[in-house]
Amino acid sequence: MQITINLFATLRKNRFESDRRQCPEGTTVQSILNDLSIPESEAAIIFVNGRHAGPDTFLLEKDTVSIFPPIGGG
Amino acid sequence: MDQLREYLKGHAVDDLVQQAVLDEASRRFIHSAHVVEEEALKAGLLPARYQRNRKTLSIEQQLTLFQARVAVIGCGGLGGYVIEGLTRLGIGTIVAVDPDQFEEHNLNRQILCTLETLCYPKTAAAAHRVRQINPAVTLIAVQKAFNNDNEGKFLKECDAVVDALDSNAARVELAKICSKHSIPLVHGAIAGWYGQIAVQLPGEQTVLNFMQKCKGKTGIEKEIGNPSFAPMVVAGLQTAEVCKIITHRDRTLSARIIFIDLLNMRFEEMKIE
Repeated sequence: MQITINLFATLRKNRFESDRRQCPEGTTVQSILNDLSIPESEAAIIFVNGRHAGPDTFLLEKDTVSIFPPIGGG
Repeated sequence: MDQLREYLKGHAVDDLVQQAVLDEASRRFIHSAHVVEEEALKAGLLPARYQRNRKTLSIEQQLTLFQARVAVIGCGGLGGYVIEGLTRLGIGTIVAVDPDQFEEHNLNRQILCTLETLCYPKTAAAAHRVRQINPAVTLIAVQKAFNNDNEGKFLKECDAVVDALDSNAARVELAKICSKHSIPLVHGAIAGWYGQIAVQLPGEQTVLNFMQKCKGKTGIEKEIGNPSFAPMVVAGLQTAEVCKIITHRDRTLSARIIFIDLLNMRFEEMKIE
């Protein structure tokens, strides 16, 4: 199945801004994080199709995963 | 009060009252600048300082803003610009909370930090700045760290709370308290070229749920710092949201978070629940 992955801010460094890739059925957000070597501490916020998701969320054909790092300055 | 109102009406040009008239009324009738500005607005008169607001905000809305009380938690990068914006907008009472003093590394982005205010408490600098802009605005300076023990005193009776903190752990506590006391919360955070903003209205736990996911994770600002423009942008957006919470509640940024990427100049919107 085809999945679109959008990375934000510093997560793009040495990776990409947006990528489409083929993933096997049963792929979770966590397996995407593993593939991209993004530690959990750097992936604060995960959205699938613009809605809150978590590492355990299963992905479906044509889903878009957006991953944001934690931002805390003020 | 009748005499004060008559004096203000007698010296207004159309419905505008000049600052010199407000100052003279304050001296003549022995009322604070705050009381005089409020009476002018109640009488349907507009202090001339707000004349460029009037096609955006009515005199009635300007009075509502003046009668509002807004807490700003943190007086650094975001907080300094938010206090500046709220003061010029015409919020009548601002509660400014911050335990710290200005240090040299604040000079790159914090508007209240100047060579004159280095080593001074941030809240004292905020009070000084507000007096310079409009002595009718009451700034309540609270030089303490925000925490669970003292929250009630600062936030009670506030119409909105602005999150200008620099710790996501503290943000979770602030969002909990605002949720518990049904106080609208305007969240903002910055890091390098990036920022985010969200609003939690009474009855919602959106910012609380969001911040709980960030809790315990070090923000990327610890690595990449914060330049001058990020707090200006996010604080401007936060100030607009405070204005709408008070005057246009149905237009607020509810149940959404905006991620701001100033490097590529893109705003991304996501739903939060």
